[in-house]
Amino acid sequence: MALRLENFPKPQFKHEACVLFPPPKSSVTAEPNRVVVTGAGVITALGLGWRVNAEGFRAGRRAFRPVTLFDVSRQRAKIAAEIDLPPELPQTKLSANTTRRLDRATRMLLHAAHEAWTQAGWKPTEDLPVVLGTTSGEMSLGETFLQQALASPLLKRRQAARVLHYQVQQQGLNLCSAFGFQGSLTNISNACASGANAIGHAWEMLRSGRAEKVLTGGYDTLCQLTFAGFDSLQALSPTPCRPFDAQRDGLTLGEGAAILTLETLAHAQKRGAEILGEITGYSMATDTHHLTQPHPEGKAALTAMTAACARANISPAQIDYVNAHGTATPHNDATEAAAINRWAGERAKTLRVSSTKAAIGHLLGGAGAVEAVVCLMALRGQWLPPQTAIGMTDPACRFQIVREPADAKIETALSNSFGFGGANATLIFRRWP
Amino acid sequence: MSRIFVCGLGAVSPAGWGVSPLLSALFSCEPILTQTLARPGWEKPLHIRTVPPPEMRPVFFAHPRLRRASVITQHTVAAALEALGDNIAQVQSGALRLGLVVCTMAGSVAYSRRFYEEVLHEPATASPLLFPETVFNAPASHLAAYLGTNGNGYTLVGDDGTFLQGLAVAADWLLNDDADGVVVVGAEEIDWVVSEAMKLFQRDAIHSAGAGAIYFRKEKTSGTGAELAGITDAFLFTQNQNRTDAARKMRRQLPPCKPDELLCVSAQQNPRTAAAENLAWRDWSGSRLAPKTVLGEAFAASVAWQCVAACEAIARGRFSAVNVSVVGANQQAIGAHFLACTQKV
Repeated sequence: MALRLENFPKPQFKHEACVLFPPPKSSVTAEPNRVVVTGAGVITALGLGWRVNAEGFRAGRRAFRPVTLFDVSRQRAKIAAEIDLPPELPQTKLSANTTRRLDRATRMLLHAAHEAWTQAGWKPTEDLPVVLGTTSGEMSLGETFLQQALASPLLKRRQAARVLHYQVQQQGLNLCSAFGFQGSLTNISNACASGANAIGHAWEMLRSGRAEKVLTGGYDTLCQLTFAGFDSLQALSPTPCRPFDAQRDGLTLGEGAAILTLETLAHAQKRGAEILGEITGYSMATDTHHLTQPHPEGKAALTAMTAACARANISPAQIDYVNAHGTATPHNDATEAAAINRWAGERAKTLRVSSTKAAIGHLLGGAGAVEAVVCLMALRGQWLPPQTAIGMTDPACRFQIVREPADAKIETALSNSFGFGGANATLIFRRWP
Repeated sequence: MSRIFVCGLGAVSPAGWGVSPLLSALFSCEPILTQTLARPGWEKPLHIRTVPPPEMRPVFFAHPRLRRASVITQHTVAAALEALGDNIAQVQSGALRLGLVVCTMAGSVAYSRRFYEEVLHEPATASPLLFPETVFNAPASHLAAYLGTNGNGYTLVGDDGTFLQGLAVAADWLLNDDADGVVVVGAEEIDWVVSEAMKLFQRDAIHSAGAGAIYFRKEKTSGTGAELAGITDAFLFTQNQNRTDAARKMRRQLPPCKPDELLCVSAQQNPRTAAAENLAWRDWSGSRLAPKTVLGEAFAASVAWQCVAACEAIARGRFSAVNVSVVGANQQAIGAHFLACTQKV
């Protein structure tokens, strides 16, 4: 029962030290912790796992096909990069009943997390923070809820389960239950930058000593609401997307998930972990120009790239590859090209850039995370992911679009993620020798 | 040691627009009258607590970005602007680097429901005006546009406790010098689809809406006289940890009861849903405040109101410290501790 505050006497104040608890997990020094990746798992329309995806991205394969998950017969666009989910899930701590009822988004997450978790060799712990990015959780269940609520207002069958499982937090909770770990669960929903923001937030937690290891990543599934939404904006292309092509006419949606295990360098070295790469920079900036259209000069994108480089203590000349946001909408690519041109300066002439959305579509909340894994793959394998289907490059691009599969010596890669609402995020990765 | 000061509070609630009506309602302890909301296909309406119309139309409604914005955006912006107070001009001039964290559970559900109904009717002609407003970060985007700020911005989605996670993010940004000030907003809106969904889990609960905001800075400029002492770990509800265990662990991380301190809980009067939190705090012999019993269930906004009430209780000199306890809808138990600023700054 609420109490009447006015009735209580004025207290005797006394000073207490202000401590933000819980205290940092590692000693806080003047130098921020270095942050490394020790595990990565990925599932996209190219397939399940690092190896299959690395082969696909390296070859520039494309994974688009007619949408089968929902009716698109009355939409302008009819294709997407759908995943063929493996029928079996990896072994987890979930019961058979729970496993049987898992939603599509959770299944994708479990596949990606299992690969990352296994690769990292982590054990279940009580203090593992999880930071995930998504735009809509399992929205298809929300759609089914509304369909039934409208068609049969008095029928409650399965509605509670749909409410529970459509919510963004439920996929993360399933993930924690599946692998037996506890800790905080943070869901960042910054539109199409969500995955990059999640990784960046995890990086900051480690860098500042608030955690020693963090499980992070992003995901999104295809759903009718989102598909129809982008189609209503005439942002979808009826043909497979062609980022930075002079004749590009829109994006193609996809679905997927990627999970990274991040830890401080000291923690990783102490346990003798294999290191896949280092994250050296992250920044975000907000574009206030319009809810869905970026500022024509890409000011916020420029800010994000510049600030991320500053935090990584490198110049554009030291970036060997840019994994662009590159959605293939006329507005996005023109803006991003302008931003990259300005940020890179003279370096632009020799800078190699590609958008891997040309292969797997736009994964929305999963995009930044999957593209982070692509950067790690490229750094590990010393190759560049090409856009094999591009025609004439937009003359606004002063940089080189990677058109053919190629080996390359790359030490540092930068990944851009931009989203509705003006969410801009940039991550910088360094090869681990 | 760095400190995080509460430099402003804002609220939009079923009690009205502003912190003052919110506190009047809470301190009167009288549950706000409910209204009815028609649910298509049902004979009986749903009972809700809506936000009353503002006495005067807020100036920000006329901003180009806000004219067609969703109700949740209006709540978000109103609460944030009240919390920022005199600092708005500094933000708009670029003299103050402002971070924004908007926390929500259901998000812009009214526009989402309307848009999807249009899709079901005829996807080829579904409104392109509605879809962008359905995105979770639309309210944060509109707020940033109104303020003209291009700094750090997160939209966090989760159950009620997400607002306290938002406070922790804000504190981190300030301590890392990523921002000069951060405003954290918890916001929700009402739609029959959420009210009905909530009834599936809490039959007696009254769905409500609104927003609450807290403005943090590292320097004490003005404001409430309260500071953030800490946020507990977030204890998840998982297969391995039930609500009761999570609530107990959260409670253990908060300070023990002292005579001049207040406990502000998330529980409502329903004994079943409140059981875990009541059990965790059964040793608390001091004063207790439960805003949801007066205002209803508004998820992230409810926790924001808890925190606003906590800081205001300190500001009015009634308590030297407040524990805020949240045992959320389906994700986590998490708590916060606010103190009166008594040290010279």
